[in-house]
This record gives sequence, structure tokens and C-alpha cells, in this order.
Amino acid sequence: MDIRTFTVDSIRTGLRKREFSAVELTTEALRFAETENPKTNAYLRLSSERALAQAARVDALSARGEDAGALAGVPVAVKDVIVTKGLVTTCGSKMLETYMPPYDATAVERIEAAGGIILGKTNCDEFAMGSSNENSAYGPVRNPVALDRVPGGSSGGSAAVVAQGTAVLSIGSDTGGSVRQPASFCGVVGVCPTYGRVSRYGLVAFASSLDHIGPFARNVSDAATLLRVMAGRDERDATSAAAPVPDYTALLDGNVRGMKLGVPREYMQGVTSETLSQIEKAVERFRALGCEVREISLPSTGYAIDVYYVIATAEASSNLARYDGVRYGMRAEVKGGSLIDMYRATRGQGFGAEVKRRIMLGTYVLSHGYYDAYYLKAQKVRAMIAQDFTRAFEQVDAILAPVSPFPAFKLGEKVDDPMQMYLSDIFTITGSLAGIPCMSVPCGVTREGLPVGLQIMCKHFDEAPMFRIAHAFEAARAF
Amino acid sequence: MTQSQYEVVIGLEVHVQLGTRTKIFCSCPLEFGSPPNTNVCPVCLGLPGALPVLNQAAVELALKASAALGCRINPDSRFARKNYFYPDLPKGYQISQYDEPLAEHGTVRIAGKSVGITRVHMEDDAGKSIHDGFRDSDQYSYVDLNRSGAPLIEIVSDPDMRASDEAYAYVTELKQILQFVEVSDCDMEKGQLRCDANVSIRLWGAGEFGTKVEIKNLNSFRFLKMALDFEIGRQVALVESGGEVVQETRLYNAGTGETVSMRSKEHAHDYRYFPEPDLVPLRVGSAWHDRVTASLPELPAARRARFIEVYGLKEYDAQVLTASRALSDYFERAATVSGDPKTTANWVMGDLAGLLKPAGREISESPISAENLGELVKLINSGQLSGKLAKEIFPRMFEAGGTPADIMDREGLRQISDSGALEKIVEEIISTNAKQVEQYRGGKVSVLGFLVGQVMKASRGQANPAAVNEILKNKLM
Ligand SMILES: [Zn+2]
Repeated sequence: MDIRTFTVDSIRTGLRKREFSAVELTTEALRFAETENPKTNAYLRLSSERALAQAARVDALSARGEDAGALAGVPVAVKDVIVTKGLVTTCGSKMLETYMPPYDATAVERIEAAGGIILGKTNCDEFAMGSSNENSAYGPVRNPVALDRVPGGSSGGSAAVVAQGTAVLSIGSDTGGSVRQPASFCGVVGVCPTYGRVSRYGLVAFASSLDHIGPFARNVSDAATLLRVMAGRDERDATSAAAPVPDYTALLDGNVRGMKLGVPREYMQGVTSETLSQIEKAVERFRALGCEVREISLPSTGYAIDVYYVIATAEASSNLARYDGVRYGMRAEVKGGSLIDMYRATRGQGFGAEVKRRIMLGTYVLSHGYYDAYYLKAQKVRAMIAQDFTRAFEQVDAILAPVSPFPAFKLGEKVDDPMQMYLSDIFTITGSLAGIPCMSVPCGVTREGLPVGLQIMCKHFDEAPMFRIAHAFEAARAF
Repeated sequence: MTQSQYEVVIGLEVHVQLGTRTKIFCSCPLEFGSPPNTNVCPVCLGLPGALPVLNQAAVELALKASAALGCRINPDSRFARKNYFYPDLPKGYQISQYDEPLAEHGTVRIAGKSVGITRVHMEDDAGKSIHDGFRDSDQYSYVDLNRSGAPLIEIVSDPDMRASDEAYAYVTELKQILQFVEVSDCDMEKGQLRCDANVSIRLWGAGEFGTKVEIKNLNSFRFLKMALDFEIGRQVALVESGGEVVQETRLYNAGTGETVSMRSKEHAHDYRYFPEPDLVPLRVGSAWHDRVTASLPELPAARRARFIEVYGLKEYDAQVLTASRALSDYFERAATVSGDPKTTANWVMGDLAGLLKPAGREISESPISAENLGELVKLINSGQLSGKLAKEIFPRMFEAGGTPADIMDREGLRQISDSGALEKIVEEIISTNAKQVEQYRGGKVSVLGFLVGQVMKASRGQANPAAVNEILKNKLM
């Protein structure tokens, strides 16, 4: 049994043909993860007990001839910013080192209801803030493709486990590119769905208006299956959408003939030549598939990073206020100090440097007298960026772009230069700000063998055509 | 100069807990007096990953309150986060409405003037810090989050009040209106109504407002008035002695009757408001708006006017009887049965109130139903029951319940109006009081009273006096 080769389909077939049971598969997946994880540090902890209990349930259902669900027996890893009942959830932070959530995130509930096996919790940048997974309080994750390089971030662990084969599927969170960028760095499929598509209930908030839960998989069809399981209205999230969820995989027919694709000229600048050439090759491939590819313009792109770092940090400064040492999580011991002293010591010791940087930035932009100049203006520019996309989608069905200007960089290479680090999200942040569905699909490798991801962006709730385009591209590459 | 040379300017901020079954952003029950931290869930505990979902019932009540206060309801309003650190604030922010409140521009009428309502907005309550009562209270404070997430409305008045009496009248009227429309019980002891006051002084005729001081910790209407009186005196004395009022927040100390400085303007919080991204904007469509407006009951002022107009009650009586919706409903039901509103009013305000008060009961808990009280009045007016007997029956109805007829039958107190039975007694009295009969017949008419008294006595008070009078006169002719 080689977990690295499994897909949702092959597991379904194997279980049906009784080649293995869900318990056998889970046992092997746990063993393999245990053995392989030290290479990458992608898992923070495995949930053996819970996984095996769930596997036994799946086997029992199958034995009775009942449908155990779309993800029956499939090992799924969960980013450690998504809460799991009775399973420590740290958010990659010292602040929550021993925090035990009393409830499951809706996404986790739905995965298990569909027969998925929660295998463990994955490493990530602290509170999902980072682009290299080097901001984790539990050590960086190494890219399974090149162990001296970062896996991307913030969902670095979730991308790495799928690339490494220590999970078949995983979920991460994407606020400005935190699923797509690590997917592209690790050479797997990563999806950031439409804002509101997947309930955020149980996703520990970084920037509420930008946070999305999204799937990682080794192929487009598996990613589509996992998204469909998680998607749909949830009464516990007021911002979750009631839009119907299509059967994405049923629509993967490989036919993209006649589709209009746009390549924004602003996204082809400042890109390394190797990434650029991979994207250009992808464009040619789409032409060969019968697509009409044209250059388009998204003129407000240049403002995206500034806008993002105002809005995201403002929301973060408020979202992270609850970690004050009073009710749960870390509390710094302050002998004879005041309440304020306890707050200061707890937050000073519990948060890492990047989190503190963003809290300070966010606090500043919301401060009296600065709100209009920063937050309000950023919201206006955000609307302009969204407007760019609306106009573009009047001309094209989807947008093609690089995910990142460069492939996976070396560990430590950018840690001392936050601005350089922030730039790695330059092409993913726009889609986040607009709330449209975007994904990264592998499109080639550099001379050094580093994966390059192609980003496909569609209009709100158009995940179905997005998957169809990605799937056709994936099939053409394999051919 | 003296105090009378200054004009006092008062505005009030009143927080009212809405009478919903569950909290504003989760489905935890709102039960007063539950053991600490038992009515809680991930949402109202502010646990990582939890999200608020707006309770529609809370919006309904907030809309009802806004409509009852004559506010313009905004079709679109929005929640914002008010950020500050406090141990009983689990999220590190309060979810409140800021620049786009639910409703604006209302009015409350008090004697002789209108007080403007600036705005009504919705928000969630914080928990409760408990600083004493525990063995280690010298070292630790405790937090109870049962109240965290309770639905509140904040009602902000315009700075329209000019004396502490007006502030007192305003909150009294406000409370009455909110109770009438059943938005809240407004029980101050349970923290369902809380009040902060803004007060400043200026020379009469001055165009600008003086520097205002905010007073917090006003736990009763009486304390509100006392705190305002103290603070006005303090400000006048300060200005008189050449000083200047500084903008600050002061706490009222009910023990000393004084206000003391809590924090100055320099130390005022910067709440860093921004729109709450976890909630979608609140839209109140015209259908919803119309439904709420149509569902409003008659408000206390209108009901008072109607009681005076239709039932001919005195203004004071109408005031007393409209003190609560339950009382005015009670009165009106009783008056309908009795057909005599004035007498009914006297019974409700006098005898009934006199029994309820020592029993510590509300009108809604009265053992005597409105219908039975009305019936009693009706029996008196129709001559079937003497006023004296009614006074005896009433406490028994209070103790045992039941209709007045039940009590009369049970106690053998039914009035004898049957002429056959009365004639027998009258004849007996005539025969045993020959001397008085002679006097009467001889022209001493005043003796009749004595004979009536004898008949009443013989009937143990159950004879109908008017009928006895009539029969006696006939027999003595
Ligand atoms: Zn709750």
C-alpha cells in the first residue's frame, strides 16, 4: 500500500473491491506520516485515535452496504487554525500551545460526515500570518520537493503533507494566498473558493472579510470533491452563502473549447523568467485546447498589497484581542502586577514577531484620526479592485496568471525582509480582496525542479468552470 | 452669582436589555440567577473560531422600541466592533452599531416638553466581573459570562433636559413605554435598565454648550436625580470659584451621594470602531417595518388620554392606572365588566393595591381577576351587595379566589332582597318595637332609621337597606 499514490477515486475503488479496509488504510497512513513527518515538520500532531474510530465507522457502514460518503476512508489533514473538538489547536502559536477546542469547525464536521478521516493537524504560520511557514512557533516546515526550501505559507503544512504523500487531501486557510501560494510551491492543487462558499465557523479568524477555507489535493478532481463536501450555507456563519453547490466532478468533461481566457498584463511584470516561461507555455496549451486567450488589464492591481495590509491587519488587531490570558490559552505569570501588566506580559510572550507587527499596524490604521486615511480609503480601493474583476469577467470566462512571482525560496532567505516576503502574495491578494474563486494548479517546474503554479480565477461562485479549466489543463499536461 | 443663573443641560444614555429568550448572537438562554458560566457557548465565550449570528427576535424587539419612541427606522444599519480590553469582554470587542444605527430622530413626551431621541442602536452585553465574595477576592476577581451576549439597545437622548426632575421624568416615561410595548421588563435590579448621564452648565442665553461630564453607575432613578443634583452643584461651585469644568467620566457613589472622577478625556478609550466583518448589514424592508409598526399596542400617553376622555377619570387616576400595561389592561377589563369605570378605578387603586402591596405581588399575579373585580362593582351598583359587605368579601376573594357570588354563597353573605323574606323580618321588628312604631306614626319620622337598623341587625347585615326602607314605610302607613 503506497499512500502517496492514492486518490479519492482509487480509495473508493479499493474499499469497494475489499482490497483494504478503511482501518487498514488509516493505520498505514498514520504509520507513514509518523515515519516521514520528521523530514518536513508538516504535521504538528496526528489524531490516531479519532482517525481510527472514524475509519471503523466507515468500515461498519460499508459492511452494511451503506454509502459511507464522498470521502469514505480518505485521509485528510487539517491546518491547525481550524478547530477540532478534543484535539489541541495551536494556530502555530505559543499562545494556544495547549488549547483544546470544545467544538469542531463546520468544515471538519462535514468532512467527517462524508466519511473523511481526520489524520492530524498541520503546521502553519502563526495565526496564518506569513508566506513561508517560518512564522510557526513550532518550527518551519520544509518543502518536500526541496527540503532546503520553504513550502510557502501560511498553509505550508497542509500543502506539504499532500505533496509528501502523508495525507491524500488537506484543508488550509487562504486570506491573501495562503492556500494557493504553498500549493504552487509544493506542486499540488490548492483552491481558494468564493468568499462565503465554505463556512468559516471554526476557522480561527485572522482577517474575517478575507479568510477562506480551501482544499489541497494531488489532482483537480479530488480538490473539487473536497470543496463540494465542505461548501454550502451554514447557519452558524452569517457570511456563508446560500448559493447552490454544483456537482463539480460531474462537470469535469475536459472540454474547454471556445472558452475565453484573459491574461492580465499587470501580472506578467516582476516575475522571474522561469515562472514567466511556464505561464507562457500554459497559455499556449490552452490555445491548443481551443481556448481564446487574450491580454486584459486589471489596472488597480498595483494597490493590492497596500490595501491588503491595511484591511487584513486592522481586522487581525481586533480578532486577536481575545488572546489576553484571561479565559484560555497562555497566561504569563506576573507577580504582584496589575491586570494591564498581565495582558502585556501574556501578549508579549505569547505572540511571535510577525503577529505583533501586524497587530501594531492594524491598531494604528484604526486609530482615531487615521481611520479615514487608511481603513476607509483601503475599503474604497478594495471596491475598485473588485470592479476591475467585474469588468474583466464581462470579457472573459476566466483569468490566467502566475500564483507567485517566484518559486519556493530557501529557508531563511526572506525572514529579515517583511516587504520582500509580502511581495510573494502580490498575485494572490487581488483575488482575495475581490472574494472571487481562485486556484493554483501545477503547470511545470523550473530547471532546478521547483514547481510553478498556474492561477485560474473566475467570477463569484463560478468554481465549476474554474475546475473544468484546471482539469482540462491537468489532463493536457499529463498527455 | 447663584445656581439660578446657570442653565443645566442634560442628556441620557439608557441601556435596556431586550426581553428575548436567547442571546443576541448565539442561542444560549437568558436566565437571571443561573450558576455562573452555565449559560454559555463558544460564541458568547469568544472562543477562537466562533462567529456571531444575529437573533431575529432581538431585532424585532429593538424595532418595536424604536417605533414606540417615534424613531425613524433606518432601512439599512450595520454592526461595528468597539475594541477595548476588559476581563469580562471575552472577544476583546463589543459588537455594537456605530455610524449606522438601527433608528434615529425619536421623541419622548414628558410634562410640558418633548425630549428628542438621537438614536437607538443594538449591541451585545459584556459579562460580569465579581470583585468580592470569594475566599481569595483579595487576590483575584472572578468573571461570570452568563450575561455575555445579552441583547441590548442603547437609547441616546438629545441634550434636551434642563433639570434633574426632567431627567427623572424622562427615564420614568421611557421605562413605561418600553414595558408597555413589552420590549423589556426594565428591572433595574436585574440590570435590565442602566443609565448614564451627560451633564453640563452654561450661563442662560449662552450659545455654546458647557463642557460636559459623563456620570456612570446610576443604579436607580432616584440615584440618577441625586447624582445630577450633586454634579450640577459641583459644576456651579467650580465655575463660581473661577474654575473650569473638565471633560471627564465620573462615577456616582451612592454611599456618599457624590460623584468622583474616574477617567479624564486624555485617558478616554480609543475604541477603534470598524464595521463588523462577521455580520452582514441589517436590512429592514418596508414589509417588516410596517408589520412592527402595526403590532404596536396603544402607548401609555395615548391610553392615559383615553382613560380621561372616555372613562371620565381624573388625570391623577389615569396616571396611576397606566403605570404599567398590565395594570391598565386589568383596569380596563374590570371596568368593561362593571360598566362603572370610576368606581372600578377606586377599587383597583384602593382596595386591590392595598392587598397586593403587603403580599408583594404584581398586578399580573393578583388572585382577584379583573373580571371578578368588575363583577363585584356590578353587584354593588345593582343593589345586590352592600358596600359594607363588599369590603368584607373582597379580602376573601383575594385569599381564596373565585367570583364574588361564590364567596357570598359559601359564606352565606348573599344580600336579602327577596321581599317575602324581608317582610317577615320587618313584621317581627314592628311587633317587638311598639313604642318606636307609635312615635313614627305620631310624626317623629326620624325613628325610621332606628327601625331600619333593627331590621339590618336581625338579618345579620344581609338585608338590602333600600328595600328594607321601602317595606318599612309601607307597613307603617
Ligand atoms: Zn452562547
